[in-house]
Amino acid sequence: MIARRLGLGWLAVGLAAAVALPWLVYPPVALDIACWALFAVALDLLLGFTGLLSFGHAAFWGSSAYATGLVAIHTGLPFPVAVLAGAVVAMVLAVPIGVLSVRRTGIYFAMVTLAFAQTVYFGANQWRSVTGGENGLQGVPRELGGVDLSDPFVFYYFALPLVLAGLFAAWRVVRSPFGRVLVAIRDNPARVRALGYPVERYEVLAIVLSAGLAGVAGGLFAVGHGFASLQEVYWTTSGKVVIMTVLGGIGTLWGAAIGAALLVLVEDQLATAGFDGINLVTGLVFVVVVLLFRRGIVGTVRHLLRSRRGRGLPDPEPGVEPASAPEVEPVR
Amino acid sequence: MVDLLQQVFNGLVSGSFYALLALGLAVIFGMLGVVNFAHGAFYMLGAFGTYILLDSWGLGFWVALLVVPPVLFVLGLVLERTLVHRLRELDPLYGFLLTFGVTLILQDLVRREYGVQSQPYQAPSALSGSVDFGLFDYPTYQVFVLVFSVATCVLVWLLFTRTRVGVVVRAATERAELTRALGIDVGRWVTPVFGFGIALAGLAGVLAAPMRAITPLMGADLIIVVFAVVVIGGLGSIFGSVVAGFVVGMLQAVANLYVPALSQTLVFVLMAAVLLWRPAGLFGREERVA
Repeated sequence: MIARRLGLGWLAVGLAAAVALPWLVYPPVALDIACWALFAVALDLLLGFTGLLSFGHAAFWGSSAYATGLVAIHTGLPFPVAVLAGAVVAMVLAVPIGVLSVRRTGIYFAMVTLAFAQTVYFGANQWRSVTGGENGLQGVPRELGGVDLSDPFVFYYFALPLVLAGLFAAWRVVRSPFGRVLVAIRDNPARVRALGYPVERYEVLAIVLSAGLAGVAGGLFAVGHGFASLQEVYWTTSGKVVIMTVLGGIGTLWGAAIGAALLVLVEDQLATAGFDGINLVTGLVFVVVVLLFRRGIVGTVRHLLRSRRGRGLPDPEPGVEPASAPEVEPVR
Repeated sequence: MVDLLQQVFNGLVSGSFYALLALGLAVIFGMLGVVNFAHGAFYMLGAFGTYILLDSWGLGFWVALLVVPPVLFVLGLVLERTLVHRLRELDPLYGFLLTFGVTLILQDLVRREYGVQSQPYQAPSALSGSVDFGLFDYPTYQVFVLVFSVATCVLVWLLFTRTRVGVVVRAATERAELTRALGIDVGRWVTPVFGFGIALAGLAGVLAAPMRAITPLMGADLIIVVFAVVVIGGLGSIFGSVVAGFVVGMLQAVANLYVPALSQTLVFVLMAAVLLWRPAGLFGREERVA
């Protein structure tokens, strides 16, 4: 009961923050935060709740950014339709990538997804007639039944419902019986298999769902910026969303959103201050978080709350098992 | 036919870089269980080190070939001792994330200093010009790279098979638990092996300096291809990574002749095929699910 009320309280705080955001920060930055937050939550669905580190999520974010842009430019449909079309493209792309990638686990999964994302990058680079190659896809319109969306402040509020719907979908997935199976797969795939669940099929479905949410985020990002560039499918984008999730706290869902907000704000501050070395700072964040702060922000808060109340076991740090020898990786 | 032969040669030369990098990646992974994302960044540092030696001190290619790999060896030792070592007991994913962060830092440091445009570097005069193979002429420097890389791989192979240290490292790479169970102290070799892998990346960087564009990003794009190469070869296998490196390089070059659009993505297509057909990699061992 108390936990439920606490949960509702946090929900209210989160919603209030989401609504107030464009008043607090420069509106285009607010939109960036919203998009990256949904992207990071989508990644946490895989990393935190299925135990799969995708290092190629830029493939889904970026392919949707391009697809959304193309639909918006060539059909003039309202932007939410274009974004959903982009998300569908990302999900379709996720099927072959997912089916192939889940044949390896652990660190191999990360490498394989990274490699597939790079394929998408090369594809986008070569398919100049459609994607514009290095120039990117310019002039993505913000169309919605004649409403004037040119003000980023206004557009934020038209984009926010889509982001919130995406976040709600992620929350529903995690709380569903399906989500429980995913967590079980993360913790003990062999046992889940023994219980008769088709582990790979669940994993692929999780990848497709995650890709769809990442696609919504990437599509909105493209509409918000008015273009889609190769940066969207580049490996640095995949890495950035991973660090956002780890910074916020793996397996906390909302932590990913907080991590995203924090990193976007820091990068924006640095850019505004004219500091030339944003990747330097992102890299340092990576190193410091991995070495000293593996629970992430929300994970640490939860850990402190729980140990103060002194009930139950404290949260283990995510993934603190002794590194197993590489050759015992189960091959399917 | 002559075109094809020439492409095979090109492929072997780019395969040399894949092989040297994959070799370092494989020994590091075997000993530490860490997939070193920063491997590409150290390759880049090797190339920049070569450039800096010439630019700042007027020291040429041959000096670089002698000096740069040992310097990177030391850098590798420092990185292992200060950072990577702290993650020893954790999920290998953290090592991947850590070295990813290190990559971003190294790249951006170099970019701030030298910008993104490529730095010029000439092949040493002894290796300029071309060799006449009867059917076609081939740049001397490329021939040198190929011979030198193959020789390095063979030397490393001899080191691993003929010396006691090598046998221990190889055993630890391929069956770490079993090696420990035999009472061999694997731990004391971890740091030197990390340095050794980094030195190999640096060596590849030195070799790349006269023939590739020297830019801060030169390693990052390459390393992702090398990841695919080691997935194809089987990351646990030292031999497999080297062979896969040369084979992938060759196939890429041949594809470049017939289907140029495919050559960049071919390695990833191959990886997909290997995942379908033999998920453990061509030379990796299959292990059944317990």
